Amino acid sequence: MSVAAGVSSVTKRSRVGRQRGFSPVLVISAAVIVAAALVATAGPLLAPYDPNLPQLSQYFVGPSPEHLLGFDASGRDVLSRLLYGARTSMIGPLAVTLICMTLGSLLAVTAAWRGGTYDAVISSGLDIVFAFPGILLAVLAAAVFGGGLVAPVLALSVAYTPYVARVLRGAALRERAQQYIAALEVQGASSIAICLRHLIPNMLHLIVAQATTLFGYAMVDLAAISFLGLGVQPPAADWGVMVSENQQGIIQGYSIPALAAGLCIVVVVVAFNILGERLYERGEARR
Amino acid sequence: MTTGGALLELDGVTVSLPVEGTMRPVLQDVSFAIRPGEALGLVGESGSGKSMTARTIDRLLPAGAAVAGRVRFDGRDVMTLSGADLKRFRGEVAMIFQDPRAHTNPVRRIGDFMTEALRTNSGVGIQEASRRAVALLKSVGIEDGERRLRQYPHELSGGLLQRVMIATALLTQPRLLLADEPTTALDVTTQADVLAILSDLRSELRLAMLFITHNLELAAAICDRTVVMYAGQVVEVRESNKLHDQPLHPYTAALAAARPNIDATSHRLTAIPGRPLSAFEAPQDACAFTARCPHVADICRRGRPALVELDGGLTRCVRASELFGKLKVPLNA
Amino acid sequence: MPEPVLQVENLRKEYGPLVAVDGVGFTVPEGGSLAIVGESGSGKTTVARLIVGLERATAGTIRACGRDRSAPARSTRERRLRGREVQIVFQDPYTSLDPRQTMEDAIDEVLRLHRGWPADKRKQRVRELSDLVGMDSRQTRALPRALSGGQRQRVAIARALAAEPQVLILDESVAALDVSIQAQVLNLLADIRDETSISFVLISHDLAVVRQLTDEIVVMWRGRVVERGETADVLDHPQNDYTKLLRSSVPRPGWKPKQRVSMATG
Repeated sequence: MSVAAGVSSVTKRSRVGRQRGFSPVLVISAAVIVAAALVATAGPLLAPYDPNLPQLSQYFVGPSPEHLLGFDASGRDVLSRLLYGARTSMIGPLAVTLICMTLGSLLAVTAAWRGGTYDAVISSGLDIVFAFPGILLAVLAAAVFGGGLVAPVLALSVAYTPYVARVLRGAALRERAQQYIAALEVQGASSIAICLRHLIPNMLHLIVAQATTLFGYAMVDLAAISFLGLGVQPPAADWGVMVSENQQGIIQGYSIPALAAGLCIVVVVVAFNILGERLYERGEARR
Repeated sequence: MTTGGALLELDGVTVSLPVEGTMRPVLQDVSFAIRPGEALGLVGESGSGKSMTARTIDRLLPAGAAVAGRVRFDGRDVMTLSGADLKRFRGEVAMIFQDPRAHTNPVRRIGDFMTEALRTNSGVGIQEASRRAVALLKSVGIEDGERRLRQYPHELSGGLLQRVMIATALLTQPRLLLADEPTTALDVTTQADVLAILSDLRSELRLAMLFITHNLELAAAICDRTVVMYAGQVVEVRESNKLHDQPLHPYTAALAAARPNIDATSHRLTAIPGRPLSAFEAPQDACAFTARCPHVADICRRGRPALVELDGGLTRCVRASELFGKLKVPLNA
Repeated sequence: MPEPVLQVENLRKEYGPLVAVDGVGFTVPEGGSLAIVGESGSGKTTVARLIVGLERATAGTIRACGRDRSAPARSTRERRLRGREVQIVFQDPYTSLDPRQTMEDAIDEVLRLHRGWPADKRKQRVRELSDLVGMDSRQTRALPRALSGGQRQRVAIARALAAEPQVLILDESVAALDVSIQAQVLNLLADIRDETSISFVLISHDLAVVRQLTDEIVVMWRGRVVERGETADVLDHPQNDYTKLLRSSVPRPGWKPKQRVSMATG
C-alpha cells in the first residue's frame, strides 16, 4: 500500500478528479441531509418547549442555557420552532420533488419511446410551461386558491416538471438507441416491461441526481412563498415563515431568530445541491 | 539490431501507465526500425500495444507514463526534444487516424483545418497555404480543392474526409507518416482508393510510413516489412511477402490461419484458443504466447525469449529455428 | 419442395425522398444460410431491421415460418410469436447488453418471456446455453463491463438462441471482434448450425467471413440486389461490375490497391 498508494492518490486527484472516492464535501452533505431528515421526523420529540407558546415578556430575549437560541418576536423558543419547522419546511419540497419526478419521468420516457407525434406534442407542451417562472406561478396559485401548502406545491410541480422532463428525455433517447433495447423488442417483450425493467433503471442515477437538485430549488421557492405570507400560515412553525416573522428583529439589531431559520434553509439546500451534482458525475463516470 | 541509416529507430522501448494505483506495462522491450521511404506494417490484436507504440513515437502518451528505452528520429533522441525541436519533429512526423471525423472540428471549414499548422508553425501566409492545400488535394484525387476548402467536415463522406486528412498530413512535408488504422472505418472499395493514393504519394515523395492495422493481409499487401505485436511485445519482424508463406513466430502463423479465406470455403477455422493478452497479463518468466500456442514446450516457460534473427527476419520464439518452415499457414480448406 | 423458412419479396423502404431498399427479394431454406453483402448505405442493415420488425416496410412482403410479418405486430402474443421465429445479433458488443444485467439474468428473462417453465428448468437451460457458447459459471454471473467484446457477443448469441428461433440474423455480428476471437465465434456459429436446424442470415461487408459461413449470397448496391447466387460461385466468378470491384478490393498477399477509374466524389 505504501508507495503505490501515494502514486495512486496523486494520479487520481490530477486525472480523474472529483468523480472517485468519498470527498469530505460529499460526506458532510450526506450527513446534513440525514440529520435534516431525522429532525423532520423526530423534531417534536427533540423540541424542549412548545413552539407555539408565546411569552410576550420574552420578546427577542437572547440565548441562555435553558433557551439555546433565545426567543423570537412573539416570545417563543426559537430552537423548538426550528425543530418543529423542519417537517413543514421539508414536506413541501418533498412533495414537489415526488410529483415532478413521477410526472417528468413519465413524460420523458413516453416521448422518447413513442417518438413522432407523441414526442412533438409532449416537447412543445413542455416548452410552453417552461415559459412560466415557477415562483410567479406559485404566488399566483396561492393568491387565487388561498394560503397553505397545497396550492404552491402544485404550482411549483407544474412549473418544474419541464426542467426535469427535458433532461430525462435526452437520457431516455440515448438509452432507447442502445442495441440491447432493440434486442428486447425483437424478443417480443412489451414496451412497458422494457421501460420499467431496463430503460428507467439505467437512467436511475440521473433521476436521483435530478431529484436532489430539485429538492433544493423547491425548498428555496417554498420558503420565499412562506416569507411572502402566501404559503404556510403563521403561527405554524416553518423556516420561511420564521424569517418573515422575525425580519423586524434584523432592523432592530437582533437577528438571531431570522438568521437561524435562514441558515437552516441555506445549509439544507446547499447540501442537496452538492449531493445531486456529485451523484450525477458518478453515474456518468460509470457509464 | 544494427540499422545503419534508419529514419526512425525504437530500441528497447518499455512503457508503463498508472492504472488504479499501480504502474501497468503496456509496451515491453519494443525494438524496430524504419528506413527512409519504407512502409512498415504494425499488426496486432487489441491490447497488443500497436496504437500505444505510435503514441510513444509521437510523444502523445498520457501524463504519468513511465518510458524506458530509446526512440530516435533521424539520429535525434525523440524523448528529450522540447520547444522548437519538438515542433519541428511533429512537422516531420505526421499522423492520420482511424476516425477522421473525431479529429476535425465540425464548426470549422476544411480550409482552416488544413492550413492551420502551416500558418501557425511555419508562418506561411494564408494565400500560399491555401494554394499548397489545393495542390495536395489534387494529388489525393480531389479536383475541386477550392470548393472543398470552403466546406465543413460533415459535407464530406468518410473516404473523402480521410483523403483530406492525408493531404493535411502531407502539407508540412513530413518524412514519416504514422497511420493508425486509417482505412478500418471505410468500405473496402474506398479503402482500396485511399491506399492506392497513399502508395502513389509515398513513392513520389519518398515518404516512410508506419501502418498500424489489425489486418495481417492488409499489412502484408501494402507494406515492405511487417512487425507483429502480441501482449506489448514485438514477436516477429518479417519481409511482408514472406509473412504468410514462411512465418517465423507461431502467433503470426496462428493469426493468419484464424482468418477465413476468401478463396476457399472451409467448414471450421483454425481458431486460437483463449483470448489475446494485454502486456500486464503476460507472464514475466515465459513466452507471452505459451497459453495459446500449439507448439508450446517446456523450454518456452524458461524465461522470456529474446528477439533473435532468423532467415532475414526477427522472432521472439525459442523454438523458432526448430519450427522454421513448419509454420506455413494451412489454407482453410 | 418445403416452404422456405424466410421469404422476402419486393421489399421497399423509403425515408422521405430517399429509397433505402428497393425491390429486394430472397428466400432462405430451413437450415440454409444467406449472406447479404454490400457497403455502407447499400441498405443491407435496413433489410435486417425490416425483417425483425424494428422498421416498417413501405411496401413488399416478409414471411417467416410460413406466417406473414410485413405489418407491425398488433398484440403482445403476436410479438412473442415472431420473437420465436426470427432473432438478431447486432454488431456492437458494447451496447447490445443491459449494463445492469448478468448473462444469467438476461437469458432467464428471455426464457420467462417465451416459456412457462419453473425456475429450476430455466436455470438448467441457462446452463446449457452458456455451455453452448463457451461461457463458464463465473462469467455468466458477471456484469457486461467485466466481459470482453468476444464474451459479450457470445452472451448476445446465447440470448438470441434462448428464444429457439428458426432464423438467426447476424448483423455484422463478428465485425468488431479481434481476429482470433472472430474465428472462435465463427466456429461456434458453424457448430450451432450443425447441431440445430437453424438458418442464418449474415449481413456483412467482409467477404471472407461470408464465404466461411454462408451457402448463398445476395449483393446489394444502393438499395438494390445486383447479383445473387451460390456464395462460392459468386465470389469466384463475379458477374456484376460492382461485385467484381468489391471482390478485387479485398486485400490479400500480393494485392496492390488500385484506384477506381471513376470516383464518386460525395
